[in-house]
Amino acid sequence: MSEYKKPSSPAEFAKNFKQKKPLMNQTEAHFESARCLFCYDAPCMDACPTGIDIPLFIKQIHTENVDGAAKTIYDSNWMGNACGTVCPTGVLCEGACVYNHQDVLPVQIGRLQNYATDKVISAGKKLFSEGVDTGFKVAIIGAGPGGVSCAAELRTLGVAVEIFEAKDNQSGLLINGVAPYKITNEEVQAEMDYLQNQLNYRIHYNSPIETKAQIAELEANFDAVFIGVGLGATAFRNIPGEDLSGVIGAVEFIEKLRLNHEKTLLGNKVVVLGGGNTAMDAASESARMGASEVTLAYRGTKEKMGAYKFEYDLALSAGVKGVFGANPIEILGNGNVSGVKFASASGEEFVVDCDQVIKATGQAKSGGLFELIADLDLDENQRVKVNPDSNQSSNPKYFAGGDAINGGAEVVNAAYDGKLAANGILAYLTNKK
Amino acid sequence: MADLSVDFAGIKAPNPFWLASAPPTNSGYQIMKAFDAGWGGAVWKTMGMPTINVSSRYGSTNYGDTRMAGFSNIELITDRPLEDNLREIREVTERFPDHAVIASLMVDTREEWIDIIKQVEDAGATGIELNFGCPHGMCERGMGSAVGQDPVVLKTIVEWVMDAAKIPVITKLSPNISHITDPGLAAVEGKTDAISLINTIKSIVGIDLDTYAPYPVVDGKGTNGGYCGPAVKPIALHMLKELAQHQQIKRTPLSGIGGIENWRDVVEFILLGATSVQVCTAVMHYGFGIVREMEAGLRQFMDDKGYQTIYDFAGKALPNVTEWKHLNLKHDVKAKINADKCIGCNLCYISCDDGAHQAIGLPTDGSRVPNIIEENCVGCNLCSLVCPVEDCITMVQKDDGTQQETWDDLTKANKIPDTFNDVRAGGKGHYVPEPSDAFKTKRKDKSGW
Repeated sequence: MSEYKKPSSPAEFAKNFKQKKPLMNQTEAHFESARCLFCYDAPCMDACPTGIDIPLFIKQIHTENVDGAAKTIYDSNWMGNACGTVCPTGVLCEGACVYNHQDVLPVQIGRLQNYATDKVISAGKKLFSEGVDTGFKVAIIGAGPGGVSCAAELRTLGVAVEIFEAKDNQSGLLINGVAPYKITNEEVQAEMDYLQNQLNYRIHYNSPIETKAQIAELEANFDAVFIGVGLGATAFRNIPGEDLSGVIGAVEFIEKLRLNHEKTLLGNKVVVLGGGNTAMDAASESARMGASEVTLAYRGTKEKMGAYKFEYDLALSAGVKGVFGANPIEILGNGNVSGVKFASASGEEFVVDCDQVIKATGQAKSGGLFELIADLDLDENQRVKVNPDSNQSSNPKYFAGGDAINGGAEVVNAAYDGKLAANGILAYLTNKK
Repeated sequence: MADLSVDFAGIKAPNPFWLASAPPTNSGYQIMKAFDAGWGGAVWKTMGMPTINVSSRYGSTNYGDTRMAGFSNIELITDRPLEDNLREIREVTERFPDHAVIASLMVDTREEWIDIIKQVEDAGATGIELNFGCPHGMCERGMGSAVGQDPVVLKTIVEWVMDAAKIPVITKLSPNISHITDPGLAAVEGKTDAISLINTIKSIVGIDLDTYAPYPVVDGKGTNGGYCGPAVKPIALHMLKELAQHQQIKRTPLSGIGGIENWRDVVEFILLGATSVQVCTAVMHYGFGIVREMEAGLRQFMDDKGYQTIYDFAGKALPNVTEWKHLNLKHDVKAKINADKCIGCNLCYISCDDGAHQAIGLPTDGSRVPNIIEENCVGCNLCSLVCPVEDCITMVQKDDGTQQETWDDLTKANKIPDTFNDVRAGGKGHYVPEPSDAFKTKRKDKSGW
């Protein structure tokens, strides 16, 4: 039922994981930008978590001030290029486009945004400079979208920044967690390099913050700290058989896929457990990796799934089969997984044969770090509580954003948080002086 | 079925769709191709004295996603030898004896005019058009618009031509003048058989932002061009109407030119008194095949309205084009927004608030449908013009249609107001915000870091 042949070369992988929002050419951008009505108090702007002046940048593209368009975008969102393709634009800016009310296709805002930012990234066009040195120093934990956004913003404000990153790469989930048909590793890296080359923040790789001693050192050497850590590994659900070979967490699977592409090992018959966007990604990706059968099993009804409808539709179009009201009670197998036993809502048991199980059943909280920090208030879901105007935590020296405060949302939310926190940090440090 | 044939001042053609004297009529090849495609006539690219043309000749005004909304050229009259043109005129007229083949001419002295008229008549041209319009190049040598801008000279030349010509003569006017009726009247006094208008408008279509030279750029320099294309249609329509309503000119057949591209344009020109139309830019953009749409549309219009010939409706809009002083001051329309159709772009709000009369309010009910503030709506139409949704904002008549009062009436009754008491203006029903209220309407800005 899966339509995809198992990819055996980079070219075949690229074909199976064809970009959903390919880069526009100049002609496309010209015609598409002409469609924007330049709405007053534009709903697209309101729908954008970072409040990009969308009518302005589209007008700028149309008048061939593409550098200006990119500047407008980055002025609001440091992940401008990535957000153009990975944002769920259909439910954000494009979902709010007034053309929808006319049964006319909305302006392709995401692709236009990607077009403008790609131009400046490709040309290495310097749009930003470091601000006049304030003498302040800030440490950032985690080089994901939130951390990098915070760093870039702080540098424009004249604050010195060092980022501590557990992994050996930056961008967090952009490289390690986003579906490959949304953005390529190269595109992500290019934007990261573009920002870092202009704004010169230092990133310490392979530098997880795991001890109280490290925290004490950060507090001694820096005026403030931004917590931009992501969530942990896929959580265990305490189903018998979870430790069988062939059972993998969705986050771990996607990370492997992003780094190894067609060389990623995957079974032939795949069961994906879960109903969120990560489950949809894992299912779509399994199908595109050439699995002959991909079953998406969710314990609730189709309507109750947390995933966006367009993500489920995308999985279906890739050949994924959805099974609902299927509560996994045991993963079967002897050494290697051979199937999953489910109980239906009425209590009937049934088995789906498979040789691979991908659990997209939620990630562990990133709570470990939080416990090391004094006076850091968390909410009932182990998320850092912050003042929404500044993203400052209960410990005034600490600010936070992204997964650490929302438990896992979009890249664009992290980008907003990072920028907001940077301004919050500067205000806090300036007032304290 | 409607009969589209015309007899324009004695020049017969199977339909009123003619090619204007311009690059599309540069050769017999092009004109034969055009006639084969359905054009009823062609005004040959202007013949006259030898010229040399520059390389880089056209510039354009693009608007939105539309190319060549306006078009400018600095090309001169034909640079092909007269004998070649004459030979091809003969070939075309022999092959298409029922079509209008009109020789556009531009020379200087009386002898030159008499000589060239004889030659094109001998070649079989069915009419002559006098090019008194081109506003670039030739005018620097005392021809083209230099003549069109000087009614005395124009009349003299028309008289020379009328003395010599045996075939119908059309005088083509330049719009680069304050009152088109001045050269129009001069042409009539010179006994021209017909008038065509407009020629192109003096223009600079743009400046190259790297070299600071105007388009079209000729080795780092440029000159004014002649502007045409869809952008000039409103100017052409007005000038056509000026002649068509003029007591001494209106009996002279008028050929309409200026931005005509589709059947609607054609009908509009005919409604204002044209009985043939001439097209250039649309053909330069889309080729001769564009005439298919014009002919089909004109036929459909005539069938729908029950017209047999274009003369049945020629000039039919003229009685409705009047002077401002005759407009009914009691007529009252106000904007109405159809909430079901509104898509919430708020362009009506901002255009009215920033560009008109502060007569539209933003919604306060959580929707994005703005509301009309009736007491402030002067019925200007702006909101209905900017609204991107067809028939969403309509202008609704509020007066009962029984009241009639014009400025002319007031003048005659000696009732011209000596105070500012227009009910649609400040102080009477219509409020004007305080200047400092400007800061209260500032849009909320999420990205105001």
